[in-house]
Amino acid sequence: MPAVQETVARVRAIDVDQYKYGFVTEIESDRAEKGLSEDTVRFISMKKGEPDWMLDWRLEAYRRWRTMTEPTWARVDYPAIDYDDLYYYSAPKGTKSGPQTLADVDPELLRTYEKLGIPLQEQEILAGVEQRRVAVDAVFDSVSVATTFKEELAKAGVIFCPISEAIREHPELVRKYLGSVVPTSDNFFATLNSAVFSDGSFVYVPKGVRCPMELSTYFRINEKNTGQFERTLIIADEGSYVSYLEGCTAPMRDENQLHAAVVELVALDDAEIKYSTVQNWYPGDSEGRGGIYNFVTKRGDCRGRNSKISWTQVETGSAITWKYPSCILRGDNSRGEFYSIAISNGRQQVDSGTKMIHLGKNTTSKIISKGISAGYSNNTYRGLVSAHRRASNARNFTNCDSLLIGNHCGAHTVPYLEAKTSTAVFEHEATTSKISEDQMFYCQQRGLSEEEAVALIVNGFVKDVLQQLPMEFAVEAQKLISISLEGSVG
Amino acid sequence: MNAEVRPIRTAAESALAELFASAREDAPGGEAARRVRDDAFAAVASRGLPNKRVEDWKYTDLRALMREARPLADAPTAEEMAAARAMLPLAGFDAQRIVFVNGRLAADLSDVAGPEDGVSIAPLAVALASDAASALALKGVPNDNAAVALNTAFVADGLVVAVTDGAKPGRPIHVANVQTGDAHASYGRVLVSVGKEASVTLVESHVGDASPHQTNTLVGLDLADGAEATLVKLQDEGLGSLHLATLGARLGAKARLRTVALAVGGVAARQQIFLDFCGDKATADVTGVTLAGGRRHLDTTLVVDHTTLNCASRELFKSALDGEARSVFQGKIVVRPGAQKTDGKMMAQALLLSETAEANAKPELEIFADDVVCGHGATVGALDEDLLFYLKARGIPQAEAESLLVQAFVGEVLEGIENESLREALTARADRWLAERS
Amino acid sequence: MLTIKNLHASVEDKPILKGLDLEVKAGEVHAIMGPNGSGKSTLSYVLAGKDDYEVTEGSVTLEGEDLLALEPDERAAKGLFLAFQYPLEIPGVATMTFLKTALNAQLRARGEAELPTPAFMKLVREKADSLGISTEMLKRGLNVGFSGGEKKRNEILQMALLEPKLCVLDETDSGLDIDALKVVSEGVNALRAKNRGFIVITHYQRLLDHITPDVVHVMAQGRIVRTGGPELAHELEAQGYAAYVADAAA
Repeated sequence: MPAVQETVARVRAIDVDQYKYGFVTEIESDRAEKGLSEDTVRFISMKKGEPDWMLDWRLEAYRRWRTMTEPTWARVDYPAIDYDDLYYYSAPKGTKSGPQTLADVDPELLRTYEKLGIPLQEQEILAGVEQRRVAVDAVFDSVSVATTFKEELAKAGVIFCPISEAIREHPELVRKYLGSVVPTSDNFFATLNSAVFSDGSFVYVPKGVRCPMELSTYFRINEKNTGQFERTLIIADEGSYVSYLEGCTAPMRDENQLHAAVVELVALDDAEIKYSTVQNWYPGDSEGRGGIYNFVTKRGDCRGRNSKISWTQVETGSAITWKYPSCILRGDNSRGEFYSIAISNGRQQVDSGTKMIHLGKNTTSKIISKGISAGYSNNTYRGLVSAHRRASNARNFTNCDSLLIGNHCGAHTVPYLEAKTSTAVFEHEATTSKISEDQMFYCQQRGLSEEEAVALIVNGFVKDVLQQLPMEFAVEAQKLISISLEGSVG
Repeated sequence: MNAEVRPIRTAAESALAELFASAREDAPGGEAARRVRDDAFAAVASRGLPNKRVEDWKYTDLRALMREARPLADAPTAEEMAAARAMLPLAGFDAQRIVFVNGRLAADLSDVAGPEDGVSIAPLAVALASDAASALALKGVPNDNAAVALNTAFVADGLVVAVTDGAKPGRPIHVANVQTGDAHASYGRVLVSVGKEASVTLVESHVGDASPHQTNTLVGLDLADGAEATLVKLQDEGLGSLHLATLGARLGAKARLRTVALAVGGVAARQQIFLDFCGDKATADVTGVTLAGGRRHLDTTLVVDHTTLNCASRELFKSALDGEARSVFQGKIVVRPGAQKTDGKMMAQALLLSETAEANAKPELEIFADDVVCGHGATVGALDEDLLFYLKARGIPQAEAESLLVQAFVGEVLEGIENESLREALTARADRWLAERS
Repeated sequence: MLTIKNLHASVEDKPILKGLDLEVKAGEVHAIMGPNGSGKSTLSYVLAGKDDYEVTEGSVTLEGEDLLALEPDERAAKGLFLAFQYPLEIPGVATMTFLKTALNAQLRARGEAELPTPAFMKLVREKADSLGISTEMLKRGLNVGFSGGEKKRNEILQMALLEPKLCVLDETDSGLDIDALKVVSEGVNALRAKNRGFIVITHYQRLLDHITPDVVHVMAQGRIVRTGGPELAHELEAQGYAAYVADAAA
């Protein structure tokens, strides 16, 4: 008992002041008027130089959103959001919409990303021969400020650019796929996003191409009272492969900030998309003041035969996380995966999970979810696995484990299993426990300190998921887990 | 979520309102009872029958399943009594049997000789007369739940069983329910209190003819410290009926509860179980088997609420589904803050025997204490092809091989019935279901 | 008794058996040896009629009757017995119940009278005793909690009880220590009879020290590539399968 008590005490003592990305960048911004109206939508569309069809699409979403009510089924509790008290568009001054070279980027912004550990200098990375190269799209508040390696990717036929640019440059692709996975009417937050999304990344990998490097987007919310509504669309054409990474941070502020993103993935025949997220938005302070409200709709459509979509997420930030990266297994023999580590501490509230919708024949899915609750937080896994009547031989394996550290937090598991075909085989298992005294004792008997033992056990607990992350991210995620939970280790 | 207030609008809802208006004056229990009944009915009337948008009823849309409200059953006629006598369930099982026909106590068919020492059995009306409010608004069950509230509003007959401290009656008590005659609605309530260190076996059976009856029963079980109860239920209603049943059990310190249920009847049925751990070191072992074919819909909904220390609960529910049958399992283990050392394990398994059968499961954990070991599992699948092949390779034909495997599957639950003749009777009923499907 | 002609079979569209011929006469014991992946186990499954094992060409007859047209249980009733390499566990089905169900199903299929329970119990006890299978084991779920050796002995018990015409033993020696191997072999030898044929599939020669075959076949790449007497098994033990793997590949 003492060991765990001490661990609990230690975790309690860790203030979210440990959040090391909490600085603010002093930069002048160009903002839309506060509040949301048709004019706001028109303003955003105009700023982006969008064609009429895009504006109409947004307006339709906006009008629909006005008729919708905020969902309340998740186990999260927060004061009502005043949607008219937010800024829906904020861009660092001097960034004009459209393609630009790195030379045009405000040095203050480059310094910001440098501080965040995100390299925007292509040559620097090229100089490090050993390092694997990662192309980055950096989104600062409402706009993409830089995208690296665009030219090199273009040689392989891969399109990687801000979505605002794609709307202008590749309208045929955008019109075909945007909203085809997450329709504008999907849910309250997705509809809001459809009306006001300002930027995000667009990826198209052509037939048979294996994307030559990892693609990544780095999201940063800087401005006060600003909602970030990014939209990401990734299309993997037949036989292609792409691995995409996403990272998020925000300054420490006392007010809550809204982040309502939509991510759509489309995998055609034999294509594979691997989507990894390390979400480290500002979680609020230990009393629950401030922090990001993270309401995200992420969905992948395994549209083609033998296609595969894999979601991996490490969720350590945000005051509220409401997020269910899902797979629609439409193509025969398609495969969906969801690997998640969700850590909550302080007053954080996490309600996250996935949906695996089996529609095609011989589709398989796998869900591995590891939740760790500490402090006064609540951490819920919510998931759906369903097999349609015609989804013969659907297979699912789900494992969701929760670890509780301290007795003021909550861990919850809410799975739904729906099998409409006898050839489906679903297996679901879930456990909730604390770090076992026996494991602690065993580790300590072998000479590990308490902190080391806790770190070891927690790392073991999440290992299955960490292994799914690309190397660069795995290291970062491991550090993040230490910071989120242990603090004193190492 | 349930706060939506709407006027009654379906035919069944209007009919229920009329039935309630005409029945409330004559319902037993007097003024105090009337107030509870009025509140209960108002709770249903204001929201209407729950539909699939109400989370607890997501898979069992009562509004859709209950298109009409059947009239309240009259006292059974001589013919109906005769029919009931011929249908009495678990005939060979030795117990003190109390029979209800169409929801009314049938003294002629019941074993009214004095109960064993330490046991008292009285009609529900007695409890309504002494303390109507607590006999109607039970502790440990959600009184605003639609099935519970309808039972409270309409129930007119039932039993109150009390086992005094330390008593251990040798014979089980068997409450048999028979529905017969014209389609009707029948409500029943059995309240059982088991004193300190006392122990009792209670058997509940339900049978009926093919008319589309609507039955709604509630069993309230109160176990004092150290008390022990075994509850076995056979739900074998006619294939036309809609069966709603609720079990609310409160467990005192070191109390032990075991339940085994076999559900084979009804066109649609829902068994709700609410377990409330009120004392430390209590244990509950809650199990059930559902067998369904045709287009039948069988639901088991379970909430296990741990508020005290060192309690253990085990839940095991199995369903075998044929035709276009649908099974629903919703099970939730709640561990409240401070309920340390809780050990909770829940397992739900569905076996799909036909292409078109459907299984839904929602096993939930809601945990607010850290020093616990809780888990749940759920599986859905068809019979194992390799096992079938092994059996066939030994010369056992397909249908027989399937039966053997299903018997083994449900046997794990039914073998938990300690009383041999009861275990054999329920096993035989399951076997009959298997024989009829092949 | 058993005649296999030009048998071709595929699993998931992959051809495994490629023109296998074999003739087993009543009273004979045939050993089939071969390297891993040669198709030995596939042959046993094809004979017993497992789903997913698709016969694309050829014929198999047992006493002149077309086996391939029959369901697995019908083949069993005709007298085909497969001793599984990995006997399955069936929790909840007591071994005794299983034996009784199987025996009566076969008797019924052959139009014979079912065995009354007392006679059946006596029969099972007798046979079980000689194989060292306790009454307690017979009450347990089929193969549940049995050791590897106990599972194989249980297979032999079933064989003894069902009295098949043709027994196929699929790697019955795998996972057995020397004592268990002896018990199992003795059980098999006791069942050798003029009117019964055996196919003993094995990777190693050691089983054949205990069950002496009349004929030894070498199987490679889905066919019988060589046939000889018991001495062939010793030759294989000394020289290995390398020559056959190379031959068949060429």
